[in-house]
Amino acid sequence: MRYAMVIDTKKCVGCSDCVVACQTENNVPIGYCRDWITETVAGSYPQIEMELKSERCNHCENSPCVRCCPTGASHIIVSGIVLVTHNECIGCGACIESCPYDARYQHPEGYIDKCTFCHHRLEKGQLPACVEVCPTKCMYFGDLDNPNSEVSKLLKSRTYKTLAPEAGTKPQVYYLI
Amino acid sequence: MNMNKFILKKSVRQMSTSRRKFIKISALGLGGVAASTTALNLFGTSPFFDAVVLDEVAKKLHRTPTYCEVCFWKCAAWAYSDSEGNIPKILGNETDPHCYGRLCPRGTGGVGMYNDTDRLKTPLIRKMVDGEQTFVESSWEEALDLVAGKFKAVKEKYGSESFALLKHGSPGKHLEHLFKAYGSDTIAEPAYAQCRGAREAGFALTFGSWVGSPEPTDIRDTKCLVLIGSHIGENMHNSQVQEMSDAIDNGATIITVDPRYSTAASKSKYWLAIKPATDIALMLAWMNVIIEEGLYDKDYVEKYTTGFNELKKHVLNFSPEWAYGITTIKPAEIRKTAREMANAAPAVIIHPGRHVAWYGDDTQRARAMAILNALLGSWGRRGGFYFKESISIPKYPSPKYPQPEWGWPEIGEKYPLAQMGITTEVIKASLPSEDNKYPVKAWMVAGTNLTKSIPNKELLENAMNELEFLVVLDTMPMDITGYADVVLPECTYLERFDGIRSATNREPSIAVRFPAVKPKYDSKPGWWVAKQIGDRLGLNEYFDYDDYKDVIAWQLDKMGTSIEEMIKIGVKHYPRKSGGLYLKDGEPYNFPTSSGKIELYSKELKDLGFDPLPKYTKHPEPPAGFYRLNYGRAPMHTFSRTANNPNLNDLMNENNLWVNPKVARILGLTSGSEVWLRNQDKVTSTFPIKVRVTERIRWDSVYMVHGFGHDNKKLSRAYGKGINDTQLISKVYEDPIMGGTGMRGNFVEILTDNPHNTVES
Repeated sequence: MRYAMVIDTKKCVGCSDCVVACQTENNVPIGYCRDWITETVAGSYPQIEMELKSERCNHCENSPCVRCCPTGASHIIVSGIVLVTHNECIGCGACIESCPYDARYQHPEGYIDKCTFCHHRLEKGQLPACVEVCPTKCMYFGDLDNPNSEVSKLLKSRTYKTLAPEAGTKPQVYYLI
Repeated sequence: MNMNKFILKKSVRQMSTSRRKFIKISALGLGGVAASTTALNLFGTSPFFDAVVLDEVAKKLHRTPTYCEVCFWKCAAWAYSDSEGNIPKILGNETDPHCYGRLCPRGTGGVGMYNDTDRLKTPLIRKMVDGEQTFVESSWEEALDLVAGKFKAVKEKYGSESFALLKHGSPGKHLEHLFKAYGSDTIAEPAYAQCRGAREAGFALTFGSWVGSPEPTDIRDTKCLVLIGSHIGENMHNSQVQEMSDAIDNGATIITVDPRYSTAASKSKYWLAIKPATDIALMLAWMNVIIEEGLYDKDYVEKYTTGFNELKKHVLNFSPEWAYGITTIKPAEIRKTAREMANAAPAVIIHPGRHVAWYGDDTQRARAMAILNALLGSWGRRGGFYFKESISIPKYPSPKYPQPEWGWPEIGEKYPLAQMGITTEVIKASLPSEDNKYPVKAWMVAGTNLTKSIPNKELLENAMNELEFLVVLDTMPMDITGYADVVLPECTYLERFDGIRSATNREPSIAVRFPAVKPKYDSKPGWWVAKQIGDRLGLNEYFDYDDYKDVIAWQLDKMGTSIEEMIKIGVKHYPRKSGGLYLKDGEPYNFPTSSGKIELYSKELKDLGFDPLPKYTKHPEPPAGFYRLNYGRAPMHTFSRTANNPNLNDLMNENNLWVNPKVARILGLTSGSEVWLRNQDKVTSTFPIKVRVTERIRWDSVYMVHGFGHDNKKLSRAYGKGINDTQLISKVYEDPIMGGTGMRGNFVEILTDNPHNTVES
């Protein structure tokens, strides 16, 4: 079992629905977010290219946030999801500093929070809230250990990239380009 | 390579952990562990749990069917509420053809509309207190008595016709019933002349029927989607965005014509970076290529259209080379894109757009789009336009409306093909003058923030100054409420019943809106307000029900369903009755035009003294030092209605001024610089706006998202954030055919010093 997210940048329109759906699903306070949109523009008028994409915790296989956590609050579970046990977190912020994706923030309650791949929904057989709401259906979620899963097939048939591969974190959010 | 990364939303990093907060988490955490044993078991062996899951288990969420009112797309949804009156989330209804189970950010963020603590809470009445006008909180009784008294007074003094209703959305429907029962048909909405009216007139002249909403564009099956200034993806017209995404998956070609590199342009095989205000020239050249190269659908044109020969002659000289000089689009690109469309035909869509009030020749531009669709045979064809169908909702028994002596058609009589009330004409009719045959003396404004939906603020303010009475019904203290004599607080769509939504789509369906929670504060549903006023006017027969639920129950019963069934399903589908979705091969078809055919050449226009075939007209260009002011939408906001919504404000809390890097260099601007704008009529923006330097905009234009720069301090999040583009639209280019108000011919200069500083040197 290796959960991964595949996001098709050819379809994303950057509407931020994933951001609001995550906030309402996970009770993320206003002013904070577990996922966000980036817009990258290259070239000059009128030869321009633009990439829109939804970013979040990459649930890295080699996760610096887990390694640097002094209490073990940050941990990886069997399916590869990186989680933070809130009541074990002392809010030291080491993980925030170590994350090359800037994916973590300090919740007003003090603990460190981030994307959980909506682990609580997966337990109920549901998709992450962002994947389920996306009006462009540009986000896919599934098990990379299963060669027949939609995510496995997409990574076989399409060109993709990961973010900050040079950090050596083996991120599990893939972007179709 | 010029790389420019722009992060649309990122949380505020608050790294200062105070000791107090830290104690708070420890306490919470331990409490959480103690309480979580059973919850943990529910979720298996994983050590993970979080407060949300526990909350959800503790407070079982109840779902109520609704349809969204954050924009006009009206997606059917489920509002999830708990017993304490919270609405933690809203999800799309999976069987709804408007959203297919996926709401857009605004629909998902609809919870913010309910939770916004800046909402209107009680009726307000303008009174003189210590020599100053101020709003005083009142009871509904007092406010409604006052409003009803004014209705009576206007009727006695001038006639019911002099009381106008300017409206948008669901509350408007209830008030429309009230006004018609009262004897006034002086009804208009900015959605027509300020928005999609010109395309409705242009397509009706050609095909005999409106485009309507949602547009019957068969995007999911198209092979070529042509967007002319339409920015799908930034306008979050839900099912269209979804279908555009399907079309991308299917390998469809997208051609975007836009002076700005829109989101849609970034998804396009061809982006034609056209010089603003020259679209008609491009379309004439496309027609020229399609006809000269014989690329048009000959059978379709032969069978279903009239006026081909006139059209052929008309476009003979409009070559791509001719258009190049006007549009700056290279002839080879024009030919290539024309052939690409023809290759895809009939599965091609020249999209009619939505907000099309641009330059005053907008009906003619819509005609050009319609003619292109006809040449390519896409109307009534798979992947083009389907034949839409809806089911009519049975009318709840009510007496016949009285016949007013005049109303919106007379007020707009100058515009022979106006299909609906023209808000700006109603505004003009509110200015007293001797030759004004249709004196409007009072307004009720519902669900539309006129100061941001109507251009020429001076005219609007002059008209409001002359009114004897202005009552506003809204959920929020929008700017327009500041001009009112009485403000009535409406509850949000999540707290009320409204009329049954009948979808015009591939197949008929209905959706219902039931209240998920009780109205917050002292707010009331629109239907209740209409009935209360009606009862006070002795119009009880028109409001023969205690609760609007009774009306819905009666209608649902007539439609073979019930409140009980709709509570469970939210959306009900009905079979088509009008025939096929598309034309069958060679099928005889009578188009609802006067000739029964698609009218390439419009005799109707000719007879009225207008051009029977679209012509390119040169429009004014910005003088030196000025830039064309363009505006558009952001996917997370609707008009000016959502800027204060806490969830949506969090995604985008102000608009930016898009400036090309070359311009920025000349003016010494960088991203984040604060500037003010002044237009050609010396109208200066009240507030500053932050610059966003981007290659996505031409050097002769600036761009901003519409709907910001709110004046009302009671909108605590939105007040003073960004610029209200409408404030700078003082020059209006009227469409002589249907009364549209073209708004894209305003030019602004960029001021780096605060023009409102009046300190003397």
